[in-house]
Amino acid sequence: MAREPDVRYLQGNEAIAEGAFAAGARFFAGYPITPSSEIAEIASRRLLELGGVYLQMEDELASMAAVIGASFAGVKSFTATSGPGFSLMQENLGLAVMTETPCVVVNIQRSGPSTGLATKPAQADVMQARWGTHGDHAAIALCPCSVQECYDLTVMAFNYAERFRTPVVLLADEIVGHMREKVVLGGPRGVEVVDRRRYSGEPEGYMPYLAGEDGVPAFAAPGGPSLGRANSSMHDETGFANNTPENATAVIRRLHDKVYNARSEICHVKEYMTGDCDIVLISYGATSRAARAAAMRAREKGLRAGCLTLTTIWPFPDEAVARVCRRAERVIVPEMNTGQLIGEVRRAACRPDVVGLNKFNGLGIDPGEILRKIEEVRT
Amino acid sequence: MSRAYTRFLLGKALPHFWCPGCGNGIVLAAIARALAAAGLSPTEVVVVTGIGCWGKADDYLNVNAFHGTHGRALPIATGIKVNRPELTVLALMGDGDCATIGGNHLLHAARRNVGVKAIVVNNFNYGMTGGQYSSTTPGGKATSTSPFGNPEEGLDIARVAEAAGANYVARSTVYHAAQVEAYIREAISAPGFGLVEVASTCPTYFGRLNGMRTATDMMKWLRDVAASLNAARDLSEEERRRRIVIGKFCDRRAPDFNQRYEAIRRVARESGFNPGVVNIGR
Amino acid sequence: MARKRVSVTIDPRLCKKCGICVEFCPKDVLGPGRDGVPAVLSPESCTACRLCELRCPDFAILVEEAEDGERT
Ligand SMILES: Cc1ncc(C[n+]2csc(CCOP(=O)(O)OP(=O)(O)O)c2C)c(N)n1
Ligand code: SF4
Ligand code: SF4
Ligand code: SF4
Repeated sequence: MAREPDVRYLQGNEAIAEGAFAAGARFFAGYPITPSSEIAEIASRRLLELGGVYLQMEDELASMAAVIGASFAGVKSFTATSGPGFSLMQENLGLAVMTETPCVVVNIQRSGPSTGLATKPAQADVMQARWGTHGDHAAIALCPCSVQECYDLTVMAFNYAERFRTPVVLLADEIVGHMREKVVLGGPRGVEVVDRRRYSGEPEGYMPYLAGEDGVPAFAAPGGPSLGRANSSMHDETGFANNTPENATAVIRRLHDKVYNARSEICHVKEYMTGDCDIVLISYGATSRAARAAAMRAREKGLRAGCLTLTTIWPFPDEAVARVCRRAERVIVPEMNTGQLIGEVRRAACRPDVVGLNKFNGLGIDPGEILRKIEEVRT
Repeated sequence: MSRAYTRFLLGKALPHFWCPGCGNGIVLAAIARALAAAGLSPTEVVVVTGIGCWGKADDYLNVNAFHGTHGRALPIATGIKVNRPELTVLALMGDGDCATIGGNHLLHAARRNVGVKAIVVNNFNYGMTGGQYSSTTPGGKATSTSPFGNPEEGLDIARVAEAAGANYVARSTVYHAAQVEAYIREAISAPGFGLVEVASTCPTYFGRLNGMRTATDMMKWLRDVAASLNAARDLSEEERRRRIVIGKFCDRRAPDFNQRYEAIRRVARESGFNPGVVNIGR
Repeated sequence: MARKRVSVTIDPRLCKKCGICVEFCPKDVLGPGRDGVPAVLSPESCTACRLCELRCPDFAILVEEAEDGERT
């Protein structure tokens, strides 16, 4: 049934919280930190209303652990944080990977290292979102560049978490988290919500880590007929420890492949004026707004600039980046760090000549700066 | 091995991997007996473990199980229990897990009075990693990282949990195995956060390094060092510190986290979920 | 009251020979046996207190009672 569009004027952080609830999240555990605290505040109120539970934990280690516990119990769950908290969550992010427990971690990036510029934006946790937790693992990270995307990508993050039974990072930044824009909630046909595949066979036959063809095992929540089992140690499909080299190879391979084999489904990008561009700007998050404005102004000056906006940064959209870079004479990667994702662009495009525009002073990158860079590199 | 409680055990996983004379097996058996006595079925029980020798306990239990990370069993268990209050959720932790790396979580699980039951095996050292000192290693004792004696004092887990607001706290030793089972049974049936601390044997490290060459030496030590709460009242402060005081420290009936959260939900609903119209004395 | 017969069995596949049961049996029913696995030396003294079963760390002891005459 088509419904009236629910149009609101929201802050990015509000849209993230509403996106989580629309996706079915009914548990939030967190520890307040600027610039993400609004999400906790909204969750504390809305989860009472929605029949869920809000828990303010003693730290981010506990928050991540409680989120995983809740999801193991069958409840969609999430947390929200920023740099220092994201660092504390790394150990148990790995726990979610290894135990294949779906959950969403929102990181509203701020400037570091350490306490850094606590209220200012940055995009410096890009590599931490990929490799922050120890051990070999796949990662999924999505970067919203508008309030609408804060909502839509949060829903998408939950859907991927459920579909692949893995943690998903919504890697936003302070600019997007705190901006206010018009946002359409729900959409005309409602929100498409994915739930993890549940085991429905005989309880005796249940194996908690027996993967389906897509590499993802079926879930059984405790309290049902089958016994649920999660294991942070190397285990086989029974869920019990198995330390043989053969088993370890198979498990690490499967955890990686269940995400990587679905890259065409997970990797989203947006292209603006890339059809004929000589100069392409590759960006993500708030920076991509400036990139788009800069490309427009470059066009007015007769410079054929275009933009590739990465919605998914992990897994890295190699294919789209390589394709766009193949056509462009110059490639610029503006980002609010000293140069993190640029390395991936160079690798995917096989182009060492990709140029960075890097800013790490707590201020966002503005279109004028990018325009100047375009003018500088065009010769 | 044929008893009602064996439905909670994975018999085919035995013998377990613990050393001869390790107290872990005694506590494991007490848990299985307590679960059977409580009339529970394996599907209604979730065990969350940390990492350590005792953290391997889930390998032998036929219940829902989450083998987590070192020190984080309590917050994992909290996430389960607050969402599924009908389940019996046990957090099995060593002293390192519960009181050292996870000490902060212990304070807050007790304060929050979440209905998780912590079964802590305190063997006064880190068994899994080779017998280093723990936050419960008594001052002066030898461990692999305090070969000339521990310069720090040990933490009293039970008293900390009691002070932090746990509803139910008791302590016993593996020598007093029947009492361990009784306390676990009581903790399971009591509302709110429960903690049963069991002083245990690690003959391989703590015992060997402290003049107790065999498991039976360690058991004798536990027998002799234990003092009931009553007996401890007559001891000097100095003497009390050298003993392991066993007994029930508290058995309160304060509403648990979920009861309080639901009460708040009712208030919020009556207000139409508008915090502005709720009078909570501000 | 009918006298109880008690049978104490030790599973040699599970026993790790720690000696706890032997040391703390209040009636000295158990003693060292072959290969270090405890032996039931004086079953008639056993009071079925079950302390040995409760304290065995390895699920190796089973203490069972039966009415006199009944075989277990
Ligand atoms: C974050 C982290 N730090 C250190 C370790 C290594 N480690 C594993 S178990 C353990 C201590 C175990 O001691 P305890 O919790 O008392 O249990 P026990 O082995 O004595 O039963 C340590 C330090 C780890 N697994 N994770
Ligand atoms: S090292 Fe100590 S705690 Fe670990 S199994 Fe051996 S005796 Fe038990
Ligand atoms: S207590 Fe158990 S393991 Fe130890 S010697 Fe006796 S039967 Fe064997
Ligand atoms: S039941 Fe009691 S008396 Fe009988 S063998 Fe065991 S400890 Fe000894």
